Amino acid sequence: MTSIATITTPARPRKLVGAGRRQWIGLLYVAPAVALVVVFFIIPLCMTAWMSLHNWPLMGVHRFIGLDNYWAILRDTRFWNALRFTGYYTVIVTIAIFAVAFPLALFIERPRPLTGFYRTSFFMPAVIGFASASLLWSWLLNVDAGLFSPAAFELGLTEKKVNLLATFQPAFWSIIAMVVWKVAGFTMIILMTGLQSIPPDLQEAAMIDGAGPFARFRAITLPLMRRTLALALILSVAGSVLAFDQFYIILRGGPRNQTLTAVYWIFNQSFVSFKLGYGAALSMVLLVILVALSLIQLRLLRQPEGVD
Amino acid sequence: MAQAMSRKSRIGTQIAEHATGIVASLLFLAPIVWTVLSAFKPAQEARKPPLPPWPTTGFSVENYATLNTFGDGLWLPMQNSIYVSVMTVVLSVIVGVLAGYGFSRFRFPLKNLLFVVILSTIMIPFQSILTPIFLVLTKIGLHNTLTGLVCVYVTLQLPFSIFMMRNAFDAVPREIEEAARMDGANNVTMLLRVMLPLVWPGIVTIALFAFLGAWNEFLAALVLMTDQSKFTLPIMMTALQSGRFGAIDWGAVQAGVTVMMVPCLVLFLLLQRFYIRGLMAGAVK
Repeated sequence: MTSIATITTPARPRKLVGAGRRQWIGLLYVAPAVALVVVFFIIPLCMTAWMSLHNWPLMGVHRFIGLDNYWAILRDTRFWNALRFTGYYTVIVTIAIFAVAFPLALFIERPRPLTGFYRTSFFMPAVIGFASASLLWSWLLNVDAGLFSPAAFELGLTEKKVNLLATFQPAFWSIIAMVVWKVAGFTMIILMTGLQSIPPDLQEAAMIDGAGPFARFRAITLPLMRRTLALALILSVAGSVLAFDQFYIILRGGPRNQTLTAVYWIFNQSFVSFKLGYGAALSMVLLVILVALSLIQLRLLRQPEGVD
Repeated sequence: MAQAMSRKSRIGTQIAEHATGIVASLLFLAPIVWTVLSAFKPAQEARKPPLPPWPTTGFSVENYATLNTFGDGLWLPMQNSIYVSVMTVVLSVIVGVLAGYGFSRFRFPLKNLLFVVILSTIMIPFQSILTPIFLVLTKIGLHNTLTGLVCVYVTLQLPFSIFMMRNAFDAVPREIEEAARMDGANNVTMLLRVMLPLVWPGIVTIALFAFLGAWNEFLAALVLMTDQSKFTLPIMMTALQSGRFGAIDWGAVQAGVTVMMVPCLVLFLLLQRFYIRGLMAGAVK
């Protein structure tokens, strides 16, 4: 401290200047983080916008083409199909996750023997990665070496081994099952934090007033959990809109390219066809959708609890 | 009489509840247990449907040996994965602690703006900026290197790391710092000797999330690591499962999935309360 104080101009009060200098050191502490975010996030973000205005092959020169990439997107029916499929998947999988996670959260929220074991078991699939889970299920779903088709056949449920991944419906619902298995525990924990924040005396008071469990759930639990529900909902929606791993690893976008998601289509355009400029324009569209979703989330979260 | 009846029915409800709980737990655990057990079957048996899941013709590590014969073997991608995950943990902790301390304890120009900008990167999907990240890495000579991948992972973890660490430092009473400063501690000793022991639960939490994030990440590794010798486990296993190395050996897939899952499961079981803490912090705020 003394060394700093001695080199400051004597006109100013010593203590203030010393303290001011010391505060500036804060910039040094945050500098590495800022540098990383600038180099690996802000610059790439700006580059995405810039590249989307170019014809940008992997090799050779890129050329400014204005909004042509965006006009091309308007006519790109396969992208819109991918977007439509992503939306369909998001709605279905989110409903399925909540349908499983909410009962689980109610189940583990009440203290009873073995609750810790149940909670840990339900949560275990959530800590393994999407890639591991997808590889695991691609084996379970395999027609010859897997579990489901041979088991159904052995039990006499099907006349022959059915290839679950060959047609859209069974393939799609297999993915839904896998994602629910993988994600429900995560959503359950989020919902549990919301349940635990409800004061128990509210429930007791309602019980004394003669409210049944269903009425209590509707009148107390749901309204008081609005913020948590909004958070769980947005995490599930954002995660599903960006789905890639499971469709790439288990289905390779098939059967007949019917399960190409938005990120998968961008991946194909950018890193298989190497149309980097076009991929960037597609990314901008996805980005706008995601930011819009996030802003809706912020609005939902900001409203005071329990007030409409 | 009525009391006895109600107690009986309560026991009945309890049995029903626990039956539900156990069945549901088994459903969630089954795929994991199934894979870990099946991986120990001899190669011949591992190719058949896993009924029953446990080895019936003797335990064997043949599948792990087979896995080691594909591409560059099992050890190289495993080393890559370990290197990337450990480095991501180390750098996330260093950068996160420094920035958390800076944002919590100092006032400097642009402080709030920088904090908001770093946190709001969480709203923007990294999937949409992968191409430019690829070009930036090429530009700075980190193209196709594990170090480049680490930089990307650390950046992706930053919003969470900084948010957690700032809250951890905010929770330390200022009196402790002032007392230490009276004793002549400078900024560095203050951080290392006085603050770190008080914020270590936060550090464990961000380290855990950084490890799981890096160990499990798929898309960025798939796009950025084009050289087979730089593949991480998920990329190498997907290449194997897609038939890139010839006929798909499902026994080797089971072994590989086990190798990928076990570190996550062990770390989670050991550090469960830190994991839940991190989730809660994210959910409450």
